[in-house]
Amino acid sequence: MDDLLRELVRHYKYVIYALLMVIGLYAIIAKGHLVKKIIGLNLLQTAVFLFYLSIGRVKGGTVPVLWEGDGAPVTPIYENPVPHVLMLTAIVVGVSTTAVALALVVRIHRAYGTVEEVEILAADEDEADEPTGDAGA
Amino acid sequence: MHEHLPVLVIVVPLMTALLIPLLSRFGGVRTAWTLVAAALGFSTYASWALLARVGQEGFVRYAMGGWLAPTGIEYVVDPLNAMVLVMVSSVGVLATLWMARGLAVDLAPERRSGYLTVFLLFVTGLMGITITGDVFNLYVFLEISSITSYVLIGMGRRRQALYAGYSYLIVGSIGATFILLGIGYLYQATGTLAMADLAERLPELFHQRNVLTAFAFVTVGLAVKMALFPLHGWQPSAYSQAPAGASIFLAATATKVSAYTLYRFVYTIYGPRFLIDVLPTARDLILVSACAGIVFGPLLALRQSDLKRLLAYSSVGQIGTIVLGVVLLDPAGTAGGILHMWNHAAAKGALFCVAGALAARTGGTRVKDLAGLGRRAPWTGATVTIAGLSMIGVPLTAGFQSKWLLATGALEAGMPLVVPVLLLSSLFTVIYVWRIGMLVWFAPDDVEPKVTSEVPWSMRIPGLVLAGLCLVLGVTSWAGTWAQAAAEALLR
Repeated sequence: MDDLLRELVRHYKYVIYALLMVIGLYAIIAKGHLVKKIIGLNLLQTAVFLFYLSIGRVKGGTVPVLWEGDGAPVTPIYENPVPHVLMLTAIVVGVSTTAVALALVVRIHRAYGTVEEVEILAADEDEADEPTGDAGA
Repeated sequence: MHEHLPVLVIVVPLMTALLIPLLSRFGGVRTAWTLVAAALGFSTYASWALLARVGQEGFVRYAMGGWLAPTGIEYVVDPLNAMVLVMVSSVGVLATLWMARGLAVDLAPERRSGYLTVFLLFVTGLMGITITGDVFNLYVFLEISSITSYVLIGMGRRRQALYAGYSYLIVGSIGATFILLGIGYLYQATGTLAMADLAERLPELFHQRNVLTAFAFVTVGLAVKMALFPLHGWQPSAYSQAPAGASIFLAATATKVSAYTLYRFVYTIYGPRFLIDVLPTARDLILVSACAGIVFGPLLALRQSDLKRLLAYSSVGQIGTIVLGVVLLDPAGTAGGILHMWNHAAAKGALFCVAGALAARTGGTRVKDLAGLGRRAPWTGATVTIAGLSMIGVPLTAGFQSKWLLATGALEAGMPLVVPVLLLSSLFTVIYVWRIGMLVWFAPDDVEPKVTSEVPWSMRIPGLVLAGLCLVLGVTSWAGTWAQAAAEALLR
C-alpha cells in the first residue's frame, strides 16, 4: 500500500491526466445534454495535452530560447520544446472540433427544438422523414 | 516538377480548397466544381505517376523543405500507399464527376460551393494520411479528414443528418484522441516521430509498458475510425444520412484509409514480429473482432430496408475482411487484405452511385423502390448487379481474387477456421444481393417501377467505371501483382 502511494505521488502528473481523461469519458457517456458531451470531449483532449507537456519536462530545465548578450542563462539544460509545438497543433485541432460540434448543436436545436439526446431520438422515431429545419448554412 | 510530386499531390488540392471560397464568388458553383475537378485530376495524375515510379524504384522518399527525416517531415511512398493513394484520388475524381449533376439531388443551391470546398479538404486529408512518413503529421491529416467528414455528413438533406454528424463527431474524436495519446506514448518511449526511426528503435523497447499501451490506444482509435466491429455504431447513420455524392466517396475510401493506417502501424512501425512474439493476445483480439464483423455485418445488412444502411452494414463485414490481412501476417493473407481494399472501394463506390441514382429519381433510398429498375434503367441495373457479385466474391469478379488469397493465407498461417467464416459471410451476402437482383431485374410485371428513367450520363459513368473495374480486376492479375509486391515490402 505504501509503495503504491509513493508511486502515485511520484507520478502525480500522470495520475492527474488519467483522472481528467476518465472524467471526460464519463461525461461523454453519462450526460444526455449535447453541450455537456462536448465539454467532456474537451476534458478528454486537455488531459492528453497535459500528458504531452509532462513528457517534455526536463528536471532543472529552462525555456528553450537562445539569448544573446546580457541576461543569458548559464544553464545549458533546456526543456524539450517538441511536445509543446505538437500540442499547439493539437489545441488548434481541438478548437476546430469544438467549433464544428457547437455549430452542429445550434443546427440541431433549430431543427429539433431541444439538445437532449433522449428527446432527439424520440422525435426521430415519431416522424421518419422530416427535412432539416433550414436549408441555408 | 516530377521529383516534387509526393508533396504536390497534397499541396495542390489543399491550396485549391482555400481558393474556392474566394473564386466561387465569380461563377458560383460551376467555378467551384471546375476547381475541385482540376485539383483532384492533378492529384490522380500524380498518384498514378508515383505508382509507376514505385514500380521502377521500389519506394520514393521526399524530405519536406529539404529537412531530412528525423528533424523534418518525410513523405514516403512504397507499393502499399501508392496503391491506396491511387484508390483515394481516382474514386475522388469519379465522385466529383458524379457531383457535376448529382449535387442537385440533395443540396440547396447556396450550400453547394461550401460543400465542394469541404469535400476537397476531406480528400486531401485522406491522401495526406496515406503518404506521410511521420506519425504526428498522420494525426493532423487524420483530424483534417475527420472534421471535414463530420461537416459533410451534417449537410445531409434530413435533420437526422445533423444528429448523425454530431454522433460521429463525438465517437470519432474519442478515437482520434486515443490515437494522439498512443503517439504520445511512442514519443515518450523513443523520442522520435518519424516512422522509419520508430521502426528502428521500437524492437529494443518491446518489453516497456508504454510501448504496449501505445499499441492498444492506436489500435482502438483506428478501430473506431474504420468502424471495425463492435465499434461500428456510428457508421450506418453516417453513411445513410450523408449527401449522395459525399457518401459515394466516404463509403468507398474513408474507412479503408484507416485500415491502411493499421497496416502501417502493425507492419512498418512495430514490425510483424511484435504481434507474433510480444503481444499474441492483441493478434487474437483483432482476429476475433474482424471475424465477428465479417459474419455479423452481412447478417445485420439482411434486416435493412434502406439501401444505404444495408450497404453500410455490409461495409462492416468488408472492413473485417481487410483487417484480416493485418493479423494473418502471411504473404498471401496480407496481399489478400491489401487487394481487398481496392476491390471493396470499386464495388462499394459503384453501389453507392446506384444509391445516389435511386435518391435522384425517388427522393429516398428504400430498397423496395429498386423494383423494376432494370427495365427502365438497364445501365444502373448492370452496375448494381456486377458490383453485388463482386461483393459476394463470385469467380471472375475482383472480390473472388482477394477472398481466395485471404483463404490461402489463413490456411498457410494455421488459422483454418477463418475459411468457413469467409464462406458464411459470402452466403449472407448472396442473400441480400439476390434480393436486390430479383427486385431490379425480375420484379412482377404489374409493379410500376419507381425509377422511371436513367440518370444523366455524368452520373452513370462513375458507377459503370467502378463496376467495370470489378470485372477487370477480377480477370487480370495486375492488381494482385501489386498487392503481392506491397505485402512483400511490408513483411521484409
